Amino acid sequence: MLSGADMLIRSLQEENVDYVFGYPGGAVLHIYDALFKQNQMQHVLVRHEQAATHMADGYARATGRPGVVLVTSGPGATNAITGIATAYMDSIPMVIISGQVQSHLIGTDSFQETDMVGISRPIVKHSFLLKSATEIPGAIKKAFYLATTGRPGPVVVDIPKDVTNPTDEFEFDYPGTISLRSYNPATRGHAGQIKKAVSMLMAAERPMIYTGGGVVQGNGSELLTRLTRTLGHPITNTLMGLGAYPGTDPQFLGMLGMHGTYEANMAMHHCDVLLAVGARFDDRVTNTVSKFCPYATIIHVDVDPASISKNVVADVPIVGPVDSVLAEMADLAEARIGKRTEVQKKRLAEWWDQIEGWRKQDCLKIRVEENDQTIKPQHAVQAVYRASKGQAFVTSDVGQHQMFAAQYYHFDQPRRWINSGGLGTMGFGFPAAMGAQIAFPDEQVICITGEGSIQMNIQELSTCAQYGLPIKIVNLNNGRLGMVKQWQDMQYEGRHSHSYMESLPDFVKLAESYGHVGFKVDAIDELDSVMEEALAMKNRLVFIDVLVDQEEHVYPMLIAPNGSMRDMWLSKGVRT
Amino acid sequence: MKRRIISLLMENEAGALSRVVGLFAQRNYNIESLTVAATEDATLSRLSLTTISSDQQAEQITKQLNKLVEVVKLVDLTDGEHIERELMLIKVRATGAGRDEVKRTADIFRGQIVDVTPSAYTIQLAGTSEKLDAFLRAMSESVVLEVVRTGVSGLSRGEKVLSI
Repeated sequence: MLSGADMLIRSLQEENVDYVFGYPGGAVLHIYDALFKQNQMQHVLVRHEQAATHMADGYARATGRPGVVLVTSGPGATNAITGIATAYMDSIPMVIISGQVQSHLIGTDSFQETDMVGISRPIVKHSFLLKSATEIPGAIKKAFYLATTGRPGPVVVDIPKDVTNPTDEFEFDYPGTISLRSYNPATRGHAGQIKKAVSMLMAAERPMIYTGGGVVQGNGSELLTRLTRTLGHPITNTLMGLGAYPGTDPQFLGMLGMHGTYEANMAMHHCDVLLAVGARFDDRVTNTVSKFCPYATIIHVDVDPASISKNVVADVPIVGPVDSVLAEMADLAEARIGKRTEVQKKRLAEWWDQIEGWRKQDCLKIRVEENDQTIKPQHAVQAVYRASKGQAFVTSDVGQHQMFAAQYYHFDQPRRWINSGGLGTMGFGFPAAMGAQIAFPDEQVICITGEGSIQMNIQELSTCAQYGLPIKIVNLNNGRLGMVKQWQDMQYEGRHSHSYMESLPDFVKLAESYGHVGFKVDAIDELDSVMEEALAMKNRLVFIDVLVDQEEHVYPMLIAPNGSMRDMWLSKGVRT
Repeated sequence: MKRRIISLLMENEAGALSRVVGLFAQRNYNIESLTVAATEDATLSRLSLTTISSDQQAEQITKQLNKLVEVVKLVDLTDGEHIERELMLIKVRATGAGRDEVKRTADIFRGQIVDVTPSAYTIQLAGTSEKLDAFLRAMSESVVLEVVRTGVSGLSRGEKVLSI
């Protein structure tokens, strides 16, 4: 016989949860007491519930296992909302347990009451409001099943305090399997469609492969690499999909979209057959939808039928998990590649010649004036890449530094690049790095951030001190909200409305006040040595404040509105 | 743009309706009418809604509705032959010479007078939305005191059924 609180803890243990990220409060006190009485699961006490959700998110992105969050009712629940929305937009498996006021008080505007199921409804895959303790095992089983299958996403379980009452005990019986009559995600793609897709790719004259976060989350990277190498086709990844295909491979054209490379965007625009896998034709990729890929027949593979033909109509839709579909495609391609005609081979070689021509543009070349000692933000990312040998887990916040990290750090493995692509949440990077570090205590985890973003969750320096998390924070400090300023430079005649960061703290002293190490670097010739010294401090959190050029813009940049993917700014004043 | 009747079976659980309605608000789809009640199977509710949308929007609406965990099955009735009905109750001033005229018009539309006072009739009328609209137009000379409509319910013609 177990109380509701004990049943909840036991249920989480049954799901093999090793870490819970949370913050206690009135409505979850029974649960915290049950948590105290066990030692199978670890609890990480954050300093703000938003950070708990981002930590669970970072943990999930780094490991592929669901992140678990525990917060109290009212403000605890509402503070978690931004993190839930972030996970929802990027399809990250997460289970959020929120306390609720006692059942008889629901609806009376009682202390710390908020309608969590209502508030979170548009940003969850599903949610439960429990009415009795006996519902706990079934609801937790369903929550993990829903969060991790099909297109993953966050699931909220809202539990009124009386449901976890320690004096009411019940039989505990955890369900071994679960089935929901209304929820049956596809387990494999349509064989005929897959065959048709492979035939089209074989016959393509100007093929292009475009893949997104779905390949990372769906564990399809190896299969994607196999298929791409077999076909010999060019490939690009979205911001969310970086690392799904080795970033240093010659077939990789770099990221596409708003700040994608010239060659990736040009190849997208001119291709005749487009294979899209686990990507959703986001507006930051397509530019003007009606001008997107004007010559292409589009094959779209996704586990979520609603993603297909949502923004761009797919000619060959394939609904299925990316791993099984890619495996079938790779098998077919391998069996048939030898039968490619000489004409087909010649056409593909000509396409590659065209792409190599675009590559010569060298669109990511850093423009430096002679004798200029200022550090360009791109230099800082390159230094991080060199010092970490391209092997680190890199998280980022949102803005210019995020784009520079995506452009200049080349990810050869999936799950190493962790950022908020869909929602674009400033304040995400640091706690997400903590989640990744907790999952992989011996790996190098680096948060590339800016002085704007880092201040949105900087309180977690305290949590890092408590749990000894040796994260390296690389703060690309330009004293500006860089991406806002860039848009103001380009579209508002340089009127920098509230994009300055005045009265910044001394980040070195701030880090030191928490017992961490702080470095400041402002000269280009010191950059590599500082980065190497910092990354060598295996057991310390190091805050590296890099003072970078305040005027730098991110290029290339798609020209909107009304532009296509071939319309780009290549540098200040130079366009295609 | 075309008027569609989406009819769906969903789990008869608290919160299921709010997810359906929330989806329409969240994704900027419109709802013209909506009606929902339990079915012969107590674990299921049947919801019918009408919406005006383009083909591409309609495809997204059905896909997004299908994604809701509590939605078990759905059909766009306007994809095939179907029967649709809406019920209306209308309270009309019925005095003097107009009293007979109201009764005659109700008879023509096969409406039933279900409540009578010395000065008012309450008429019940069932049919397609167009028929109810036509009746309202026919009553335009009278003083209409109150109108209540249920929204559209419907099902497919013939052997086809929506069931699990």
